[in-house]
Amino acid sequence: MTDLAAFWVRFRTNRPAVAGLAVLAVVLVMAAIGPTLYPTDPFDMVGRPFLPPFGAYPLGTDVAGRDILAGILHGARISLMIGIMASFGATVFGVAVGAVAGYYGGWLDNLLMRLTDFFLTIPSFVLAVVLVAIFSPDIVTIVLAIATVSWPSVARLARGEFIAHRQREYVLGCRALGMRDREIILFQIMPNALPPVVVVGSLTVATAILTESGLSFLGLGDPNLVSWGYMIGVARTVLRSAWWMAAIPGLMILITVLAINLVGEGLNDALNPRLRQR
Amino acid sequence: MRPVLEIDGLSVEFASARGPVAAVNDLSFAIGEGETVALVGESGSGKSTAAMAILRLIASPPGRVVKGRVLFEGVDLLGLSPADLRKVRGDRIGMIFQDPMMALNPVYTVARQIAEVLEVHRGLAGRAALDEVVSLLRLVGVPAPETRAGQYPHNLSGGMRQRVMIAMALECKPRLLIADEPTTALDVTVQAQVLRLIEDLKSRLGMSVLLITHDMGVVSQSAHRVVVMYAGRKVEEGATRDLFAAPRHPYTQGLLRAARRARADDGTLWEIRGTVPSPHAMPPGCGFAPRCDCARAACAAAVPELTRTADGHEVRCIVAAEGAA
Repeated sequence: MTDLAAFWVRFRTNRPAVAGLAVLAVVLVMAAIGPTLYPTDPFDMVGRPFLPPFGAYPLGTDVAGRDILAGILHGARISLMIGIMASFGATVFGVAVGAVAGYYGGWLDNLLMRLTDFFLTIPSFVLAVVLVAIFSPDIVTIVLAIATVSWPSVARLARGEFIAHRQREYVLGCRALGMRDREIILFQIMPNALPPVVVVGSLTVATAILTESGLSFLGLGDPNLVSWGYMIGVARTVLRSAWWMAAIPGLMILITVLAINLVGEGLNDALNPRLRQR
Repeated sequence: MRPVLEIDGLSVEFASARGPVAAVNDLSFAIGEGETVALVGESGSGKSTAAMAILRLIASPPGRVVKGRVLFEGVDLLGLSPADLRKVRGDRIGMIFQDPMMALNPVYTVARQIAEVLEVHRGLAGRAALDEVVSLLRLVGVPAPETRAGQYPHNLSGGMRQRVMIAMALECKPRLLIADEPTTALDVTVQAQVLRLIEDLKSRLGMSVLLITHDMGVVSQSAHRVVVMYAGRKVEEGATRDLFAAPRHPYTQGLLRAARRARADDGTLWEIRGTVPSPHAMPPGCGFAPRCDCARAACAAAVPELTRTADGHEVRCIVAAEGAA
């Protein structure tokens, strides 16, 4: 608890991060209760297409006469969920790979890191497009595809942390006390190695949301779910006649990604041991 | 009397870009029941490597035990399965390290770290473990153990941290304690306290101690027997009193002279001239010959054999062996 309090004190000094956290909180609340408060189905044709905002519908209607506000609220849920789940999966897998590679070293490290390099050399968005195109474009595939292209950077970071800690005396001490490798990796080194990983993981959420938007824009989103990227994709053909249709979800993506990045930077400053005051 | 620990012909190599390097070469010595043996030598002499090799803590690669046996209570530790080895580590053999700041995990409280050992070897957890932790901290002389138990390593002073390390090493009442330069990172007043603590606990728990140090003052205070290492080899072994009264090997003589703050002719502090030869360029003969005042042609020809004198003293030096004969 005192640790958490000390962390909050450090985090609070970073104004942009606090602002980012506030914005992010609003977006999260919006995603959580928005669809309940505004239950209009985002796929329902509610009125005439191309209605501008601030008319009968707060944000107007799209090319098929669907309520844009409903799309924004329901889409927030999908975009955030995909972003969080994909980056969570990427972080867990990346940490596992990096921890094993960094702790054991040798041929295992070589094998895992060449695998990581293999993924890093392929442009991640292109790989995500290929993966979604090969399998059916549903939400599970999309989450897995984004996680698949996001884990290598986490793995590299975790490996570096584990290599640095592997040689520390406390790890030697744990081995001298008869602890298993598994216990040392999970319970001794992990808490020490986690702070930078948490930072990168949080930034991965932003990237994942952008990737999902990009996929949906190209028509590779889940056709049964509305996401912000899907809305932009729908609006792209009418960009010159009804710019707000793409601009509104675009602005939401911009705000959310910016907020996540600010929070990530704030986490970095607050968790970075070098900046800690004792 | 059967020795608790017997090291027999231990050799450890490290792989390097310029081929394998011998860090420990054909080292043999034994530690009897209740005995404190000091392993002495300067940095790079292989003393810490030897200590780490006992519990197989040398990172491999690059390190490798090339040959030899480490018999603990008659069982070769080098041949044990990982599971059996874990039962020895921390339970039958405890180890404490040089830098108590680095040797404690910064993210856990003192209590949690001490309790972990109890959980690993005794299956003790919860309230019972916490009570045991507090009594252990009291045993090693940590004041206000209830408060200290809830604190983090960075809240404690160096001496306090070393006491916590000792508590962790001793909680399973091991037969043997390996202390790798336990006092080097501490200031002099605390050094004495920590040594006294180890000595006190040793007699209370009836264990043997392997003390690795480069501090001859520490050796004279606590060791029964001394093993002097130079450039990976044992160069002299004898009872502490004998060795201090009449060191045979020129290197030991030099060490003791330096430790006693002897003055050279020009009034500066006396020192052993030169440095330890690089492990890549080890002379074919006696490793100390290039720095030795009594070196002769034969010294550079081949590594001298260990010679045992009547009083159980061992020395690896041609000149000293002739003098004794």
